[in-house]
Amino acid sequence: MFWWRRKKSKQKAKERLQLVLAYDRAKLPPGRVEELKRDLLEVLQKYFPTEDREVDIEFEQRGERMVLIADIPIRS
Amino acid sequence: MKEEGALQAKAIVVTSGKGGVGKTTTTANVGAALAREGEKVAVIDVDVGLRNLDVVMGLEGRVVFDLIDVLEGRCKMRQALIRDKRVENLYLLPASQTRDKGALDPKIFRAVVKHLIEDEGFDRVLIDSPAGIERGFQTAAAPAEGALIVVNPEVSSVRDADRIIGLLEAGGVAENRLIVNRIRPKMVKRGDMLSVDDIVEILGLDLIGIVPEDEGILVSTNVGEPVALRKERSTAGEEFRNIARRIRGEAVPFPDLDEAGGLWRTVRRIFGGR
Repeated sequence: MFWWRRKKSKQKAKERLQLVLAYDRAKLPPGRVEELKRDLLEVLQKYFPTEDREVDIEFEQRGERMVLIADIPIRS
Repeated sequence: MKEEGALQAKAIVVTSGKGGVGKTTTTANVGAALAREGEKVAVIDVDVGLRNLDVVMGLEGRVVFDLIDVLEGRCKMRQALIRDKRVENLYLLPASQTRDKGALDPKIFRAVVKHLIEDEGFDRVLIDSPAGIERGFQTAAAPAEGALIVVNPEVSSVRDADRIIGLLEAGGVAENRLIVNRIRPKMVKRGDMLSVDDIVEILGLDLIGIVPEDEGILVSTNVGEPVALRKERSTAGEEFRNIARRIRGEAVPFPDLDEAGGLWRTVRRIFGGR
């Protein structure tokens, strides 16, 4: 993914904005998501072995609505 | 006038959240341009303590009474309204420079704007909002049925605009339109500035104007004459006039920002650029 480095600064601006606005719109301080991530992991670990750093939780704007996306790889 | 994009709203707040993005310039120019189109227009400065609409319009020497005098009943509306002699039917209601924002009452301000429209026969009232989301902004937005949200292609401005849009919608201001101000086509082209499409996509608001960065704006402020009224050709002035026409429901195409134009574009496409 070396082309990633050559990414224009406007792309970076757009991504950062989309993320920060997702938090703003959901009225969530970023710290809350870390808490959510911790709690989610606790529950998940009761059922599957998962690793903290593999869990990716994000907000995403989908048209009018904001959705919470959790990407959790399951090890079997 | 039922064209798409037209603003039915008579009371329109010009706002941005962030300071310094061009609210006052936009108010002065869109107001002047609407008057040129034949509407009876009042522009009101609500930035109490930091008034500037008077100097941007070059009317600072004629201020006697101000908005707070009107709100507190110290003078009649007609005494406070300054008529712009350069164009028919353009009036300024200046902010007070000496009072503080505590003197603003959203309810009374709403009544004042209503009086202008219903009793004084104004077709449009453009309200220049102070920066921020505090009382000044809330007062400015109180009478508004629509809003022109001014945004610069820059992260902090877009973020603040998003916040303002949320507040306006929650407050029942319905007809909201976006003006992207100070865009620099060359920077957009080389990928170092958010494009108009990016901003529209992020904010999800209908666009009504794309104003390029233009040195003419500073010159016009120096002399106190809105670019929209100046004879010299200016890209910003032209677009402000177009915004006024779009507000009135005319389908005016947006400016083509690709100033390099045909040949250069083709040459670069051949060499794999964009």
